[in-house]
Parts: sequence; structure tokens; C-alpha cells
Amino acid sequence: MTLYAELRVARAAFSLDLALSVKPGEVVALLGPNGAGKTTALRALAGLLPIDDGRIRLGDDTWDEPPRVFRPADRRPIGVVFQDYLLFNHLTAIENVAFGLRARGVDKHIARADALRWLETVGLADHARSRPRALSGGQAQRVALVRALATHPEVLLLDEPLAALDASTTLHVRAELGQHLNRYEGRTLLVTHDPLDAMVLADRLIIVEHGKVVQEGTPTEIARRPRTDYVAQLVGLNLYRGSASGTTVTLPGGGLVTIANPTSGGVHIAFSPSAISLYAERPTGSPRNTWPVEVAGIEQHAHTVRVRLTPTADSAAPPNLLADVTTAAVADLHLLPARHLWATLKATEIQTYPT
Amino acid sequence: MRSRRRTQRVGGRLPLVLVLPALLGLAFLLIPLIGLLAEAPWSTLPSRLFSADVGQALRLSVVCASVATVLCLLLGIPLAWLLARAELPGRAVIRALVTVPLVLPPVVGGVALLLVLGRRGLVGERLDLWFGFSLPFTTAGVIVAEAFVAMPFLVISVEGALRAADPRYEEAAATLGAGRWLTFRRVTLPSIAPGVVAGAVLCWARALGEFGATITFAGNLPGRTTTMPLAVYLALETDPDVAVVLSIVLLLVSVVVLASLRERWISGLR
Repeated sequence: MTLYAELRVARAAFSLDLALSVKPGEVVALLGPNGAGKTTALRALAGLLPIDDGRIRLGDDTWDEPPRVFRPADRRPIGVVFQDYLLFNHLTAIENVAFGLRARGVDKHIARADALRWLETVGLADHARSRPRALSGGQAQRVALVRALATHPEVLLLDEPLAALDASTTLHVRAELGQHLNRYEGRTLLVTHDPLDAMVLADRLIIVEHGKVVQEGTPTEIARRPRTDYVAQLVGLNLYRGSASGTTVTLPGGGLVTIANPTSGGVHIAFSPSAISLYAERPTGSPRNTWPVEVAGIEQHAHTVRVRLTPTADSAAPPNLLADVTTAAVADLHLLPARHLWATLKATEIQTYPT
Repeated sequence: MRSRRRTQRVGGRLPLVLVLPALLGLAFLLIPLIGLLAEAPWSTLPSRLFSADVGQALRLSVVCASVATVLCLLLGIPLAWLLARAELPGRAVIRALVTVPLVLPPVVGGVALLLVLGRRGLVGERLDLWFGFSLPFTTAGVIVAEAFVAMPFLVISVEGALRAADPRYEEAAATLGAGRWLTFRRVTLPSIAPGVVAGAVLCWARALGEFGATITFAGNLPGRTTTMPLAVYLALETDPDVAVVLSIVLLLVSVVVLASLRERWISGLR
């Protein structure tokens, strides 16, 4: 059963008009700037906001189809993780997780036992009796996640689930959230303004701007072929999955990247296209990553030029490397397709995330 | 040196023309209370306090004020919810009407109750006819009169708390499958509990001190409708010492109420 939605909502300030579908087991990210209508879309799917036109269906089951059908939130098989979690402060962690089961009439003792098992899956069994205020940001996020999952929803809706966390916990919580989403068999819709969250967590991205879909596809497709300047800026990110050993990350498609902090196991590495420097001759300095590359394509954006690079025959460069250079550099380097150049990348410019 | 500088600073900031009336105002509010304590027949106070009459009036007052408060909670919380959350036409007018008993002279309230619930009143006649039940000049009448006067305190306090509560918690409850009633009981009510408590205490204190509406609607029948304030008034003519003792008891109750609320009641009323 696929979740299928055509959402049309008109407001004084803006209008939303987008279609989306999410298959079982799939994670779809709705990515866009603040005010693009992402949260409105999520509220419509959750049943907190009736749509003005269109339809929302799960398989043959209609949730919303004006003017006749509207099923409110409490009668949709959904789980929602809100941006600031909205854990009930007067209830303990375990009571929060058990809330959805109790609302469905599950016996108190069974609901609590079930809630405790959910808390165990996120390593919070010891905090079962803690009040939300006593939990850290990452812990509260995990309680919110299992509270939403405890009722075995068909559709899981996540509204900026990492936005309220500080930078140091985000890394860890993002990786963990990814694991939980992998295990979840229902349909996940993730609303975010952070391209990294979207690209690391989602199987498919839907990019929304001014209430409309501007591009849709897998993270790699979109990163390689951004259709608008906005998308290019948004997802202009070199993102690879590889396995780390010490400070060396080996990419499955060929390529060796040196990172700053030693680690081991599966990792995502990400760096901005502007972190890549291009030279006509082999540079004499000592950036940790220096690769011979070949120009595969050149795209002009507003103030920069994005260059697509492929490794030359015996190069250890990552495949499909994106580099942003100034317009002046295009002339200096005689940037033309098939031209051979040297690319460098400082190890400190690379962000590393455990997978 | 330090105290002189302080005096200078206060004198410099606050003009005398404000300080004098302020001190006068303070004295005006406090001296009667001090006078009450100074005039108290302390030696015979315990015996008077535990006399049958005082005990009866005090018990009646506490029971009636408490039952009236429960009545106000049962009716007032839903009314506050309606005013805060429902999209009613003319909500501003309804809210203004709810607060009328707050400013209405209690005697007028008592007359109004008598006209409606009295034996010949609009509703009272039916009650008498169908159920053989009459409210005026009964203990139940005292409760009705007190609830009428005190309910606005509760409604305003609870409505303020409801407006301050984040409705997104109710949305979160809905996404977890909770219907409206369950959401209200398990999420909304606990989150406004401080406002409800503050409102209930104010309501109770107002009911306890009720005089005008009570004596008009329920009369003054010892043991049945003679609450503390009525007993004070009655005693003043026969035995002023008893009036002082009863007054001190009521003053003590007021102070306890104030202390238990501290600054909370102000935020509740906002």
C-alpha cells in the first residue's frame, strides 16, 4: 500500500500544491527553505489541517478528499515526531511512550511493558521514569521517536527531527535515526531544511520551493543534476559512503580520501564543492588529498561555476566530484571538458558521519 | 553613610507628592486589620472560638464554600474551555457576561436569583411544582448564591491558563490516537492544573466571604444558612466580642489563601 497525496492548500501568504507518494519501507525527504510549505504538507498528511483540494490515500483507504471525506488525526494510522518533540511534561518517559497504546485501549500493564521494550531499543530503559525536562535533547528526540513508533503506524512523519539538537549531538542522533528508519517497515516522510539530513536519511528527495515541487529524485541524481540554481546551492554537496580505517576512507566506487580524525567502519563523508581547489600543475603545498582529475562538465551558476570532475586513469579521486570555482578561474585554468587538472582538498574541510 | 545615600536616592527618585498618599493608602489598608487584632478579647478567645455557635457557623461556611467550589469546577472548567477554544459567535459578549457577577453588587445577584429560583420564580416555580423542591432559605440556596458570585473567578483563571497552554500538545495527542475527551483529560487538564488550583482557591475564598447574595437569597437561619460573614454581622449587634473572634478566623483564612497562592493568582488572572 503506497501513501499517495495530492495536496492543495491556499493561504493568504502562500499556496501549496504538491503531489507525493511513499512506498512501504521508503524514506522520502521533503526538502526546502523555511516557509516553503513543508510543515503545512506534513500537517495535512497528519490530519491536523484539512486540505482545500486534492486527495490523501493509503492504498484504497481515503484519508482526505474534499469536500466529502476528512479523517481527523486521531483516526489515521500515523506517528509524528514534532520539531520540538512535544513530549508531555507531566508524564514520565514511559507514560509518554505508552500514551498512544493507552489511547487505543490497550491495557495499562501491557502498554507499559510494551513502552519499556521500545525505550530499550533506543537505550533509554534506565530513563523510563524520568520526566521530559530531565532528559537531554538527544534523549528527548529518541523518546519522541519511539512514542511515534509504539503504535506501529503505517506512516511515520518527521518534522525537522534534528533541528532542535546542538551540533555535537546531531551527528550521533542522525546516524541512530537512520538505523531506526532502516528497520521501520512503514512509509516515512521526513521534512527538513537541512540537505545533509535529507541526503543521509532519505531514499528519495522531493525539493519544494514556494509550495511547489522543483525537483524529485534520489540524493545522487539530484546532486549530480540539480535542475535549478536553488537546488544546486541546496544540495551542492559531495557526499560519499565508504569504509574508514584510521584516517583513510576507501570508497566502493574507487577512490581514497584522507580525513582529519581517525575512525573505523562505515562512514559518510561530506564536503562542500567550494572546499575543492583546482590547479593546472601539480601543487607544491601539502593538502592531504591531491588528485589528478579530468573535467567532465561545466555549469554556470549565479556567481560561481560548478565543475564536474572524474578521476583520470590511475587517480584515487572520488568519482563524480563537484568543485565550485569563480568565473575568473574558468579562464585562468582554461576550463574545458576533458581537460586534465589537479584537485586538492584539505582533510579538515571534510565532515565525517558514521553510517 | 550608606543609609544616607539610600535615603537621598529614594528621595531623589520618588516625589513626596506620591510617597505621602502611598503611605496613607498603606496605613488605610493595614490599620483596620491591626485594630481587629488589637481589639481581640485574647483571654476569652479560645472558649469563644470553640463555642457551639461559632463552630456551627464555621462548619456551615466551609461546607457550603467547598460544595460551591466543586459546583464551579464542574461547570466553570467546561465554560472556560468553551471561551478559550471553541469558535463561538459573539464570544467577546459571552465573556463579558460571564464576568458580570464579578462587578455586580452581590445583593443584586441575590435579588436576581430570588426572582428566577424563588418559589414564584421562572425556574423555581417548576422546581417546586415538579420536584417539591425549593432553594431559597435553604443550605442548598447558600451554595447556589455562593457559586453564582464566585464562579467568574474560576472561569477567568482557567480561561487564562487555557490560552497560555500550547495547543500543539493537544495536536500531538491527536496524532497518537487520542480523541478530544481523552486529550482534554490526559493532556489539557494536567497542563492547566496550576491555573485550575489558583482559580479554585480564589473561588473558595470568595464563596467563604459571601454575604450580600447569601442573605438576600438564603436568609439568615442559624444552622442552615447562617455562614460566618452573616454570623459576624449578627453578632455585632448582640455580642461584639464574638464578632471580633469570627472576623479574626476569616482574616486568618484569607491570609492562608493569599500565602498559598503567592504571586500565582496574579498570573492566573492575566
